[in-house]
Amino acid sequence: MKNQQAANRPDNTAFTQQRLPAWQPMLSAHVVIPGFLLIGMAFIGIGVALYITSQNIQVLEADYTGTGQYTNCSECANMQTTPCICNVTFSLTTLFTAPVFLYYGLSNYYQNYRKYGVSRDDVQLWGDPTRSPADACAPYQYIDSKPIAPCGSIANSMFNDTFSLYQIINGTKKEVPLDGKGIAWWTDYNIKFRNPTQGSLQDAFNGTMKPVNWSKPAYELDLGDPNNNGFLNQDFLVWMRTAALPDFRKLYRRITGGDYALGLPPGDYVLQIEYNYAVKDFGRKKVVLSNVTWMGGKNEFLGIAYLVVGSLCIVMSVVMLVVYAKYKFADENA
Amino acid sequence: MDFSALRNLISRYCTGEENWVDSRTVYIGHREPPPGTEAYIPQRFPDNRIVSSKYTFWNFVPKNLFEQFRRVANFYFLIIFLVQLIIDTPTSPVTSGLPLFFVITVTAIKQGYEDWLRHKADNAVNQCPVHIIQHGKVVRKQSRKLRVGDVVLVKEDETFPSDLILLSTSRDDGTCFVTTASLDGESSHKTYYAVQDTKSFNTEKEVDMLRATIECEQPQPDLYKFVGRINIYQDRDEPIARPLGSENLLLRGATLKNTEFVYAVAIYTGMESKMALNYQSKSQKRSAVEKSMNAFLVVYLCILISKALINTTLKYVWQSNPNRDEPWYNGKTDHERQRHVMIRAFTDFLAFMVLFNYIIPVSMYVTVEMQKFLGSYFITWDDEMFDEELGEGALVNTSDLNEELGQVEYVFTDKTGTLTENNMEFIECCVDGHVYVPHAICNGQILSGSSGIDMIDSSPGPDGKEREELFFRALCLCHTVQVKEEETVDGIKRGIHQGKATSFYISSSPDEVALVEGMKRLGFTYLRLKDNHMEILNREDEVERFELLEVLNFDSVRRRMSVIVRSSSGHLYLFCKGADSSIFPRVISGKVDRVRARVEHNAVEGLRTLCVAYKALSQEEYHNMCQLLDSAKLALQDRDRKLAEAYDLIERDLVLLGATAVEDRLQEKAADTIESLHKAGMKVWVLTGDKMETAAATCYASKLFRRSTQILELTTKRTEEQSLHDVLFELGRTVLRQHDSLTHDTFSGLSSEFQDYGLIIDGATLSAVMKPAQDDSSGNYREIFLEICRNCSAVLCCRMAPLQKAQIVKLIKASKEHPITLAVGDGANDVSMILEAHVGIGIMGKEGRQAARNSDYAIPKFKHLKKMLLVHGHYYYIRIAELVQYFFYKNVCFIFPQFLYQFFCGFSQQPLYDTAYLTLYNISFTSLPILLYSLIEQHISMDILKRDPSLYRDIAKNCLLRWRIFIYWTFLGLFDSMVFFFGAYFLFDNTTFTSNGQIFGNWTFGTLVFTVLVFTVTLKLALDTHYWTWINHFVVWGSLLFYVVFSLLWGGVIWPFLNYQRMYYVFVQMLSSGPAWLGIGLLVIISLLPDVLKKVLCRALWPTSTERIQTKRKCLTVEQSTIFMLSQTSSSLSF
Repeated sequence: MKNQQAANRPDNTAFTQQRLPAWQPMLSAHVVIPGFLLIGMAFIGIGVALYITSQNIQVLEADYTGTGQYTNCSECANMQTTPCICNVTFSLTTLFTAPVFLYYGLSNYYQNYRKYGVSRDDVQLWGDPTRSPADACAPYQYIDSKPIAPCGSIANSMFNDTFSLYQIINGTKKEVPLDGKGIAWWTDYNIKFRNPTQGSLQDAFNGTMKPVNWSKPAYELDLGDPNNNGFLNQDFLVWMRTAALPDFRKLYRRITGGDYALGLPPGDYVLQIEYNYAVKDFGRKKVVLSNVTWMGGKNEFLGIAYLVVGSLCIVMSVVMLVVYAKYKFADENA
Repeated sequence: MDFSALRNLISRYCTGEENWVDSRTVYIGHREPPPGTEAYIPQRFPDNRIVSSKYTFWNFVPKNLFEQFRRVANFYFLIIFLVQLIIDTPTSPVTSGLPLFFVITVTAIKQGYEDWLRHKADNAVNQCPVHIIQHGKVVRKQSRKLRVGDVVLVKEDETFPSDLILLSTSRDDGTCFVTTASLDGESSHKTYYAVQDTKSFNTEKEVDMLRATIECEQPQPDLYKFVGRINIYQDRDEPIARPLGSENLLLRGATLKNTEFVYAVAIYTGMESKMALNYQSKSQKRSAVEKSMNAFLVVYLCILISKALINTTLKYVWQSNPNRDEPWYNGKTDHERQRHVMIRAFTDFLAFMVLFNYIIPVSMYVTVEMQKFLGSYFITWDDEMFDEELGEGALVNTSDLNEELGQVEYVFTDKTGTLTENNMEFIECCVDGHVYVPHAICNGQILSGSSGIDMIDSSPGPDGKEREELFFRALCLCHTVQVKEEETVDGIKRGIHQGKATSFYISSSPDEVALVEGMKRLGFTYLRLKDNHMEILNREDEVERFELLEVLNFDSVRRRMSVIVRSSSGHLYLFCKGADSSIFPRVISGKVDRVRARVEHNAVEGLRTLCVAYKALSQEEYHNMCQLLDSAKLALQDRDRKLAEAYDLIERDLVLLGATAVEDRLQEKAADTIESLHKAGMKVWVLTGDKMETAAATCYASKLFRRSTQILELTTKRTEEQSLHDVLFELGRTVLRQHDSLTHDTFSGLSSEFQDYGLIIDGATLSAVMKPAQDDSSGNYREIFLEICRNCSAVLCCRMAPLQKAQIVKLIKASKEHPITLAVGDGANDVSMILEAHVGIGIMGKEGRQAARNSDYAIPKFKHLKKMLLVHGHYYYIRIAELVQYFFYKNVCFIFPQFLYQFFCGFSQQPLYDTAYLTLYNISFTSLPILLYSLIEQHISMDILKRDPSLYRDIAKNCLLRWRIFIYWTFLGLFDSMVFFFGAYFLFDNTTFTSNGQIFGNWTFGTLVFTVLVFTVTLKLALDTHYWTWINHFVVWGSLLFYVVFSLLWGGVIWPFLNYQRMYYVFVQMLSSGPAWLGIGLLVIISLLPDVLKKVLCRALWPTSTERIQTKRKCLTVEQSTIFMLSQTSSSLSF
C-alpha cells in the first residue's frame, strides 16, 4: 500500500507544481513612461542623423522615354531607326562626390509578375546552356526544338539600352570611364551563375538559340572581356535579379576611375544613349546619377519615420504621465 | 462507440435469427438436453476476445486517415493541397502538404501508440489462462478461446474471465465472496450464491455430469440487473427450473475472494460481457472556447474568400488594358491564350485561395490539442490535490474541457459524500421516545453492558425493556453488512473488551456499518452470518442465532429494506428499516408521534435518520410471503416490477419500534470552498435525495445559507396550502421587488449589502413546475421558477431522484443566458447529472467509482474544487484565450502583406515569401513560444488567485474571446501587417540601401517583411507574457535565433534538390546593409507601440481587478525601484 501510494503520487517538483522561479514583468507606467522617453530620444537622434545623411546625397534624374514632353529622345521613341542614338545633357555646379553610380530606372514594369518571375532556369544558368530548359521558361523555351540559352521571359526581356557619359571640356567630349564590374552581387557573379567550362564559350553554346529579342547571342554579350561574357555578364546578372516593385532602378555602371576618382567635377556633361528598349506602351524609363553613403541611396523615409516615431513616443510618454498622475495616484491614495 | 454498435449489429446478423429474441439459451458444457424435452438449437456467440482497440495492423492507415479527414480543418487543407497539385498555383504543394503531413503524422502516431497500448492490454487479457472443464478434466486454455456454455474453474484471487453463472463453490453453503473494485470501485466483499441444486458439486466429474440449460436475457450493460432461469434435467424427469438473479451472476473483471474455488458456466463472453458493454465512450462535450474558435474560423474563412474574390475581380479589371494583360516582355504561351476566360478566372480564384489559405492556421488545431493534452497534466501532477488518505490525486478523463473550468457559473453539487464525508457515526437512537446515546464515541473505549447507555428520558418500564431489546436486535439483523474476517466468538469478545477491532464490518452502505457499530456499543454485537444463521452476541455475552429466511434488498425507490428471520425459539419476525417517509405510512401501531417528533428534531440538527419497525409473522403468513416472492423471482419478464409489488404487499402493517440518528460530518473545508465559489460569482445548488430538514442543516453548516439569508420555500408542504401558481407568483414578486431596487452594481463583490435569498425546493414540487404545459398558464411556471432561481444566491433541491438532478441541470443549461454548468458528485445517482452538465466532476468517494469514471475530471475531495476552478480553470482559460487570439493575429500579420503585395505585382498571385518561410512560419518559427505560453503562463500568482476568488469574475462569460476583443486583435494584425508591408515598400522605394550601390530584388523585399513579421509576433507574445521562467527565455529567444540560423543556412547553400536558387544569399545580403537593420528595428517598434500604449492606458484608466492586483503586488515588491524610477522620470521631464 505504501509503495502504491508512492507510485501514484505525482512528482513534487517546481515544474509540475507550476512554481518555477520566474521573472514577472509588468507593463506599468513606471516602466513604460521612461521607456518611451528613452526610445523617443534615441529615435530622434537616429532620425536626425539619417535625415541629414540623406539630405547630403546628390541625385540627378533624367527621363528619356521620349513620349509626352518633347525631349531629345522623342525621335527614338517610335523605334523606327535602329540603332537610334539620343543625348541627355546636364551640367553640374558642384562636385558630384564619389562614389557615383549610374542607374537606369523603369516604371510600371512588372518584373514581379508571377509567371515572369519564374520564367528562368537556374540549372541552365549554372553553366549548362544545352540542357532542355525548364517548362517554366515557356513560351521562351525552344525555337525549332533547339533550347534557348538563356531561356525564359526574364532573360528574353533584358534591358539593352546602353549609356556612355562625356564631360564637355572646352567643346570637346571627354569620355568618363564607366566601370561595369561590381554592379552585380558577388555571390551571383561567383557562385550562382556559371559559364560552361568545357572549350570555348561559343562551342559550349552550340546547339542553342539566342533569346528572341536579343540581337546577339549570350556568348557575344561582352566580347572584350571573357570574364564579363555569357551567363556571367554583369548587366545580365543585374537584370536577372528581379525587382520587388513595378517602379525600380537597376545599377548600370559605377564611376570610379581615372580623373573621376573623387567624383564628377562641376561642368557640362552629355549622356549618350543608344535607345533600343521599348517601354512607351506601358511605362517610362529614366537614367539616374547618384552617390551613396553608409546608409545607401537617398531615402528620406527612414529618417522622417524615425523622427516621427521618436516624437510620438515622447508625446505619448507625456500623455501617459498626465493620465497616470490624474488617475493612478488618486486611485492609489484611495 | 459507433464501431462497437456496428460490430454488435453485424455479429447479430451473423449469428442467426434466434439471437433476435430477447433471451438466449445456454447449454451447460455444450451438452444437448435429453431428447424430447426441448429442441436443441446450436447457437453461435462471440468468442471471449476483448477488443478495445480501434485499429488493426491492416486497417490502421486507411481508417485513421479517414477519421482524421473527417475533421473540417484537415479536410480543408487536403482540398488546398489537391488544388495546388492540380492547377498551376503560386506556391508549391509542399507549403500546405508538409504542415498537413506533419499534423496528420503526429496525430496518427499518437493514436497509433494509444491503440498499440490497447492492443497490448487486450492481448494480455485475451491470452491469460483459464481453466475449463472438458470431459471431466481441467484443461488450460487461453481466455479468448472460452465459449458460451463452457464450465470454468476459478480459484481464489483469480479474476473471472467472462460473465458466469455460479454453479458451486468450495464452501458448503454454496456462497462465494467477490470484490468488484475494478468494476464499480466498491472494495467490500459481496456474497454470491450458487444455484441450489448444483451447489453440492465438488469435483470436475460431478460438474461434468450436469445436464442443464440456462435461459437468460440478452446482454445488457446494467451491472446490477440480471434475470434468467436454469433448467436442470435429472433422470428424464421434468426439468427443475430455478430462478437466476444478479446474485448468481459473477461479472467479468470481478475477483474471487475468501473462497478456494468455484465452478461456473459462461453465459456472456467477450464484448458481450457486462464490463465490456459498460466501456462505451461518452458523448463528446465541447467547450465554449471551442465554439468561439469555430465562429472566428468562419469569419476568417469569409475574409479569405472575399480576399480571393476581390483580387480576382481587380485582376480582370486591371488586365482590361492589353498592355497590362500581356506586355511584350511577358509573353504567354499559346495554350494560355486559348483558355476560356471563365476557366482562367476560376483558376485565378483558386490560386488566390491557395495563396491566402494560411490565414486559416493549420497548426492551431494541433497546438490547441497539444496544449489541452499536455496542460491537463498539471492537474494530475498537482500535489495540493493529492489525497493522502486515498493515495490518489486528481484524474483527468477528458482534457477537452480544461478551459471550461474557468467559465463555470452554476455549480450543482451532491450532498452526501460530496459536501459531507459520507463517514457515518452513530449518534443516538430513540425507542418509543426514549433516547439512548452511546458513550465514549471519540476515545474508542467501549463500556459494555447497560452502563454504556445514557438514558435521557425517564427509564422505560419492563415492557419498554423488551421493546428496547427488540429494537437493538432488529438493527443487528436488518442489514447486509458483512464481517471482514471470521474470528472466533471468543476473539471477537476479546476484541470488544479491549476496544480494538472497531471496523471489521464491511458494507456498501456506510449508514449500515455505523448502525451495526452503534449497536455494538450499546451491547448487541453482530458476529457473523453462518450457515444462513445470523449470530448476535447480546448483553449477557450469549450468542443468539437467527435463521435468515429472506432479505428484501434496499432500493432507492422504496427507500427501505427488510429481513425475515426465525429466532431460535421458532418465532418469525419481519424487521424493516427505512426512511421516515417510507415507514410511517406503513405503521399501524407504536408511539408514532413521539418518534416522529424526535426524527424531525434530529433532521433539523443535520443528522440522517432511519426508522425501524417490525412485524411478528405467523407460519401461514410467512408461507404466503414465500410464495409471493418466489413467483416474482422466477418471472423472466418484468421481474423488477413484480418484485416491487411483492415487497409492497409484504412490508405492511408494521409496528414502529423507534428511530436512529447518524451523523454525516461535513467534508474538510467544505464551507470555505462554498464561500469561495460564491465570491467567485458562481451560484451553488445542492441537489440531494435527503430530506429537507437534514439537507437544510447541512447547507447552513456549509455556509451555503447564511444566517442573513432569507429562505424561500417551494415545497410540497406549502403547495398543499396554496396552489403552486400562487406560491410561485408570490415568491417571484418578493425576489423581483428587490431586484428592481438593486442598482446594477454588479462589480462590487459584496452581495451581503443586499438581502440575499436562498431557495428550497423539493422533488415533487419541482416535477410539478417542470411538467409540460397543459394550459397556457403553466407554461410560464418554468420561466418564473428560473427567474426566482436567478436571483437566489443558493438553491437547495431535496428529495431528488437521480434523473431529476439531470433535469435541473438541463433546465439551467437551456435558460436564455446559456450559463456554463458544473456538476459534482460522488455516487452512482449523480452520474446522470455529471454527464448532463458542461463539466462533470466526480469525487472519488466511498460510494464506488461510478461517478469518477463517468466524469470529466475526478478529484479526491470536495475542497479540491476550489483550486480546480479558481486556479487551474482560470489559468487554462486565459492561456487558451490568448492562444486562440494570438493564432489568428499572427496569421493576419503573415498573410495580409501578401494580399497587399498583389496590388503591386499586377494581381499575379506572386507570393511575397519564399516557400520555406511559408511552410515553416506556423510549424517552427512561431509555434513553440505560444505553445509554451499556453502551458505555463501565470498572469497572477496561484496564491493570490486562491486568496481572492472574486478574480474569477474577471474572466466570466468567455470575456477574453468576445467579438470586441477578437476585432481588436484582428485590427492589430491588420495594422501591423500594413506597417510591415508599407514600411518595406518605402524603404525599397526607388533606392538602394547598400553602400556599394547594388540593388535588392523581390526576394529581399519579402525576406525583410518576413523578418520584421517574425520578430514582431514573437515580441508581441513576449510583451503579453507575465511569467518568465527560464523555459520562456529559452524558447522565445531560441525561436528567434532559430529563425536567423535557419535563414542563414537556407540562403547559404545551393540546395541541389531545388530547381530554383532564389533565396541564395538573400538573407546575408540584407543583413549586410545598415538601413535594413534600422528599418527592421523601426518597423518592429512601430508595430508594437500601439499595443503597449493600449495596455498602459487601459491599465491606468479602466483597470480590471486582475490588473489592480498585479499592480498592487508590483508596488509591494518593488517599492524601492518604483521610487527610483519616478524620480528618474521627473528628472528627465525637467530636463
